[in-house]
Amino acid sequence: MVAAASRLSGRARSNPGASGRWFLRGTAFLYLGLFVLLPVAVILQRGYGDGLTNLRDALDTFGAWNAIRLTVVMALVTAIVNGVFGTLLAYVLVRIDFPGREIVSAVVDLPFAVPTLVAGVMLVALYGPSSVVGGWFEEHGFKIIFAPPGILLALLFVTLPLVVRSVQPVLSELDREEEEAANTLGAGGWTTFRKIVLPALRPAIVAGSLLVFARSLGEFGAIVFVSGNIPNKTLTAPVFIQQLLSPSSYGATNGPEQAAAIAAVLFGFAFVVVLITEKLISGRLERTQ
Amino acid sequence: MSAHAASRPVRKDWRGRAARASLVGVALLYVLVLIVAPLAGIVYYGLRSGLGAIGDTFSQTDVVHAFYLTFVIMLIAVAVTTVFGIVVAFVLARDRFPGKSLVSALVNLPLAVSPVVVGLMAVLLFGRGGWFEPFFSAEGIQIMFALPSMVIVTIFISIPFVIREVVPLLEELGMEEEQAAWTLGASRLQTFFRITLPNIRWGLFYGMALSAARSIGEVGAVLVVSGLLQGKTETATLYILRAFDQYQPERGYIVALTLAAFSIVLLMAIEFFKRRSTKAMAR
Repeated sequence: MVAAASRLSGRARSNPGASGRWFLRGTAFLYLGLFVLLPVAVILQRGYGDGLTNLRDALDTFGAWNAIRLTVVMALVTAIVNGVFGTLLAYVLVRIDFPGREIVSAVVDLPFAVPTLVAGVMLVALYGPSSVVGGWFEEHGFKIIFAPPGILLALLFVTLPLVVRSVQPVLSELDREEEEAANTLGAGGWTTFRKIVLPALRPAIVAGSLLVFARSLGEFGAIVFVSGNIPNKTLTAPVFIQQLLSPSSYGATNGPEQAAAIAAVLFGFAFVVVLITEKLISGRLERTQ
Repeated sequence: MSAHAASRPVRKDWRGRAARASLVGVALLYVLVLIVAPLAGIVYYGLRSGLGAIGDTFSQTDVVHAFYLTFVIMLIAVAVTTVFGIVVAFVLARDRFPGKSLVSALVNLPLAVSPVVVGLMAVLLFGRGGWFEPFFSAEGIQIMFALPSMVIVTIFISIPFVIREVVPLLEELGMEEEQAAWTLGASRLQTFFRITLPNIRWGLFYGMALSAARSIGEVGAVLVVSGLLQGKTETATLYILRAFDQYQPERGYIVALTLAAFSIVLLMAIEFFKRRSTKAMAR
């Protein structure tokens, strides 16, 4: 007690002390350094230690270019479709009162909780060739599972919450006076949305869609099951990388190094997209504050 | 607002209502086709084979071990990412140093990396010819094709969730209460457990639940590092892959349905924590 009092009277206690700050800093840097920085460094060193040889070998592998093209196209389509429907869902959830709204809002979050592989299993159960729905489509000449539409469904499923959750908070904080003014001046619902609401939501929609794009580039669990993984047709880049690592090609060639070279390019790209998104979101926050 | 609404012609209001109803209809249809119907599909296929098949599936030692392994990995990953996540969140929210935005970019990096690439990173570090392979094989410690590598990749993937939830809460909270406790003679740990933790707990739980969901569902990264040893390094998700590969779809559907059911419980926890957290923020 006396000691505490004397400590208090001696020098104002600053919170937290320099030693505590360095302890926290050190722990945080060590944790992120070991678990994040080191793995990234090893990808670059092993993939590009011999210059571009590994990248060239990887791209020369059967089906490599088509896997990359398919992945980028699917990610783009997913970003656009979920950009539109995610915005619609956010609008409906924030602005329109209907019975069961809370349940729909929870269902939108379901893809955050459901394992991606289970999402793939679900889609096969409903839209697979041996199911009622998928069988009907197949009879009419439209293949869903083991074809690009199945890949698209899987990506749309796992990325659905991203745009909704990015747009929703902006929409619920939006001042409604401007909309009411437009309405009073005779603008219809669609005109008001296009001229007033949409411009305000644009950064959030773009940020959400970019996240969808980045996430779709890397998705594995949901796709591996629904795509059938046919080289040059339904094989995506993450599955292609996994196959470079699978026991058959492992050890025989420089499989891991090739995988590292190609992964560094694809996911460096995705990382830049995520950084841009973060900038967009923080820029928006600064403006509202 | 109500005055305007009343003066507006009735026909226009009717049209507005129809437009709103069709918006809701389209949104519901999208959620139905994409999420609800597939969920119903897996419930149907999981239960179709009857209680006997379900009992049979859960009496397989492989299945029991797969669930056990999934939960062990999840517990370790959530514990590590929670404790260290809080530390990183403190540093990001309270500390100032050059290169801070770089650190915060590092935190978000796992969100952009494909799970397969995360597995690849572990292979390059600990696998044949890896940076640390000579050290660990000399010590006789098995990292690849064993629990350690599976835990490491799962931690990598779950790193962002706690940090991303806690940083904004700490920033919002400010330091006044903590400083008061500190001035009154509380130790650093006392201040943290009595003042800070209660204030951030709902956001923290939210992040932990997201972390748990991600850990349980991980497949790409563990597939690459596990070596697929049945009954040894096979998690629940890897078991599903094998069940379908070996033409035992009933068992695959039953295990998948169990994981789905568990994730729905987790989702309810997530929704609860989220609501509590936003309420606490509003206070």
